[in-house]
Amino acid sequence: MKITGAQALIKSLEAQGTEVIFGLPGGAILPVYDPILDSNIRHILVRHEQGAGHMAEGYAQATGRPGVAMVTSGPGATNIVTPISNAYMDSIPLVVISGQVASGAIGTDAFQECDITGITMGITKHNWLIKSADEIPEVIAEAFYVATTGRPGPVLVDLPKDVAQSQMEWHEPPSTADLDLPGYHPQLDGDPAAIAAAADLLASSVRPVLYAGGGILKSRASEALIKLAEATGAPVVTTLMARGAIPDSHELCIGMPGMHGNYTAITAMQEADLLVSLGARFDDRVTGQLSTFAPDAKVIHVDIDPAELGKVRRADVGIAGDARRVIEALTSAVEERQLEDLAPWWSQLHAWQERYPLTYDPQEPGKGLRPQAIVEAIDAASPAGTIVVAGVGQHQMWAAQHWSYELPYTWINSGGAGTMGFAVPAAIGAKVGMPERTVWAIDGDGCFQMTAQELVTARIEGIPIKVAILNNSYLGMVRQWQEMFYEERYSEVYLSTDVPDYVMWAEAMGCVGIKVETPEEVGPAIEKANAITDRPVVIDFRTDAMEKVFPMVPAGVSNSEVVVHPSQREEA
Amino acid sequence: MAAEPFTGSTEHSPVTHHILSVLVENKAGVLARVAGLFSRRGFNISSLAVAPSDDDATFSRITIVVDAESTPIAQVVGQLNKLLNVVEIRDMAPAEATERELLLATVTIEAADRGHLLQSVAHAGASIIDFSADKVTVSLSGTPAHITAFEALLLKSYPSTEIQRTGLVALPRLNPQV
Repeated sequence: MKITGAQALIKSLEAQGTEVIFGLPGGAILPVYDPILDSNIRHILVRHEQGAGHMAEGYAQATGRPGVAMVTSGPGATNIVTPISNAYMDSIPLVVISGQVASGAIGTDAFQECDITGITMGITKHNWLIKSADEIPEVIAEAFYVATTGRPGPVLVDLPKDVAQSQMEWHEPPSTADLDLPGYHPQLDGDPAAIAAAADLLASSVRPVLYAGGGILKSRASEALIKLAEATGAPVVTTLMARGAIPDSHELCIGMPGMHGNYTAITAMQEADLLVSLGARFDDRVTGQLSTFAPDAKVIHVDIDPAELGKVRRADVGIAGDARRVIEALTSAVEERQLEDLAPWWSQLHAWQERYPLTYDPQEPGKGLRPQAIVEAIDAASPAGTIVVAGVGQHQMWAAQHWSYELPYTWINSGGAGTMGFAVPAAIGAKVGMPERTVWAIDGDGCFQMTAQELVTARIEGIPIKVAILNNSYLGMVRQWQEMFYEERYSEVYLSTDVPDYVMWAEAMGCVGIKVETPEEVGPAIEKANAITDRPVVIDFRTDAMEKVFPMVPAGVSNSEVVVHPSQREEA
Repeated sequence: MAAEPFTGSTEHSPVTHHILSVLVENKAGVLARVAGLFSRRGFNISSLAVAPSDDDATFSRITIVVDAESTPIAQVVGQLNKLLNVVEIRDMAPAEATERELLLATVTIEAADRGHLLQSVAHAGASIIDFSADKVTVSLSGTPAHITAFEALLLKSYPSTEIQRTGLVALPRLNPQV
């Protein structure tokens, strides 16, 4: 059967189980948009290609399936570079199809030409420039396999226009076993000797901490993690990428570590005699100053990416493998051993929890709303399984701290890359993947202004997300740093209290807009938003601009020097 | 200008370099992927040589020399292994490797000095591969230390010499030095 390269691409995407493509057409990708009309794959037409990328990421994070985005050449392709970089940092399976100018025009500075495979070489797991339509089934099968296996990540397939238009003899894509990838062999099972050594370390530890990272979620290892925690009785910290990997309400979960983690989680890691890193990578936001990080801790490091072992912190036992498989093997090995009594460790942990709980000042009459209280109110009023999606900044930290995550895959944010503007499009993608769930984007006003136009997409495509803007009229996190570390010299952080009018803006985009200025309005506004299911809702919560995120470990400072909330300081 | 006879040592000088022999799929852009990785991860390359390694050019072998003191070798290997087109990496200390490099040098030289040059060429095991009225091109293959010594001699005696080195290639030593 002779078909065009464009048709072969769509058939290949169908063969990979693609149910939705987020994209925006243009000249070079035009041939591929024709067979989309004849396909069962849903296409969601975005308003900016960055939105397509973040939507595909939100979809992937919520469902565990790869997100697919399609863009044209040149600016279409460069507009999706930020989501690709974001997916690379957070190990999100993302398949980007980009149109390219015709093969003969490559290298001539043709209209809308750019070297997108060159540009994305360092931020993809791999990318391909297709030379002939005959390759398409193989390349698409390889692209999905690479994106979703091992350490997941983004891939890009660049398709020249003439290749899309040319004829090929259709053949079924190869099975994964038949892919020609001589240099790609993800290691899934951990070395048994290393697992035994790790179990020995765990059995002899008196102050262990299970340090759970995003890899737990990628490998669907939440249940395995909980079993390991229960088998050892060890406390579990969940990083920003792993919130929900174990329920916050679980007695062994001590919450989020890192720059804005809670005192107990930070200090437990710092005082531990053993850190068991499970799908985490000792990010600088977790370790603080590396030279003083967890000075007495031995390290067991489990990661599917062997290059992570020892990259930042030397591992006493490094285990390359899939987190779920390694954790299950480790749990079995631990169950055969006599463990130390962790009661003294827990009495210390409980003392810290009692002394330094997460806290914030009560609402003051006539002042801006407390953003933390808004997060807690949305949590209380929303159904179980609600998915929370954040942008980057103060609102992200409050959403990570003050929402109680009880299920995996209910917290989606931009961790490694710190991409402002992530929340609205990623929430749309999450809602597309999990339509029965309530999806709240908790956003900042600075972030919202970067990608809000995708609410038009959400309205037109019937994707009823909810957006809570924690609006303090500032680039709040930068303002906080300028207050604390630049002697209150506020440089280019004030946005505006009056412009834009978020209610009018929301309504102009076909959404319901609500403005909330008083504590009394908070609950009813959230109830109203949760009751609206036929269109997106945007709530403009007017928050206190002076509010800061605590605790805080300033950049480059030791984790032994946690700056707690002012009410908890010794002199208070 | 008088040429000194070549007396350069063929022993290894004290070295801190490591040799990574990297087998890659011979596909478009693979060298850019390898070079780009070194650049963005802040690893330095001392030299790099690349050529097809089999009859039908399915694979190429890239020989990369890195400074072992300033470069985290395990991390370089780990990151290189993540490149899809990298099939196999051999990490060799100099004692574990048979190393060779090729040097070409075009010497501008008066007829009267040619005798001395020929003497040095003979001592070093180099050969004359091209000449004109006022220039001679010599070629030498050998260990990097041997090449470096010969290069130094040429530049000292004939400062305007134009030199091209290939960067070393290496294979594992069959009888590794203890």
